[in-house]
Amino acid sequence: MSDLVEIPQSVFDLIGEVQYEETGEFPVEQGYIWTTCSSVENGNPLFWDAEVAGVVTGGPIAPPTMLSVWFRPHSWAPGRTEVALPLQVHFDLKEIFGLPEAVMTDNTIVFHEPVRPGDILHTRQILRSVSEPKTTKLGTGRFWVIDVEYLNQHEELVGVESYTGFGYKREVSA
Amino acid sequence: MSTAATDLTISDISVGDTLPDLSYPVTATTVVLGALASRDWRPMHHDHDFAVNRNGTQDIFLNTPNQAAWFERYVTDWTGPTGRLGRMKFHMLGSVFPGDTMVMRAKVEAVETDEVGCGWASLLVSLSVGDELKTDCSVRVALPASEDDNPWTRRGHDWRP
Repeated sequence: MSDLVEIPQSVFDLIGEVQYEETGEFPVEQGYIWTTCSSVENGNPLFWDAEVAGVVTGGPIAPPTMLSVWFRPHSWAPGRTEVALPLQVHFDLKEIFGLPEAVMTDNTIVFHEPVRPGDILHTRQILRSVSEPKTTKLGTGRFWVIDVEYLNQHEELVGVESYTGFGYKREVSA
Repeated sequence: MSTAATDLTISDISVGDTLPDLSYPVTATTVVLGALASRDWRPMHHDHDFAVNRNGTQDIFLNTPNQAAWFERYVTDWTGPTGRLGRMKFHMLGSVFPGDTMVMRAKVEAVETDEVGCGWASLLVSLSVGDELKTDCSVRVALPASEDDNPWTRRGHDWRP
């Protein structure tokens, strides 16, 4: 069906294992909260009115769907010699399987403790599965599922994201 | 103080209720602003040439975290600030490009109160461009069980998203 690389034992061994435990490069900050709300014209007073936030959520919080924002690395930082990539397991799989392109097809987010300005979050990635070769309109490749767990500085779970990625080679027209 | 005139409680809604449509004209600025707001520097969300010639898509397109932010805004516009997201699952069937007018619609699929007294609404949300469904999204959102309840106060065992 395809000339895709077989799934090596080293990948099977990683399924269910915690990888890439990382702390965010900066504390959760109000400026990004406003920029994100602005980008989608979100006028929820929880994010704009400190009095409402005090009454409803015991103080300011970040929009829950911003979870992954706090872990996307700076595009450049002093001393960095290689490009830092979010969701490194995804990029590892692209490399292992020799699949130059990839898209995300499914995303599930479960929200727990609210995230607040000043929080310093940490995260860990867990590979859950890798599919057999599949062909879609984008090309031929494999699907994989990666969970990302997020915790705050008090070791409280603030959320879990589950991503389904599709790494692929584009079909070359004759 | 009142948080919003539109705050819903679980008793205000029923299975089959629909949310007001949200229609939004997407521009290149929408896509780039959303990508940068979510700290997504990947070129397919700001570089037309890369998107077309490397990714094989027709243009730059909305990124995943920004779509999540759009869905959150759409749902909490409806619930008011006491609505608290518990779970969101979305499946992207196609990309949203500059020039598209995206339309979000939603329907209440289930209404329940869990074992610890938290009210939940399950919504099926769609994001379409014209007749084409681009993303479907299942959302589980907590709503106050009564006027003096607040889902945001629930923690640990009492929060079951």
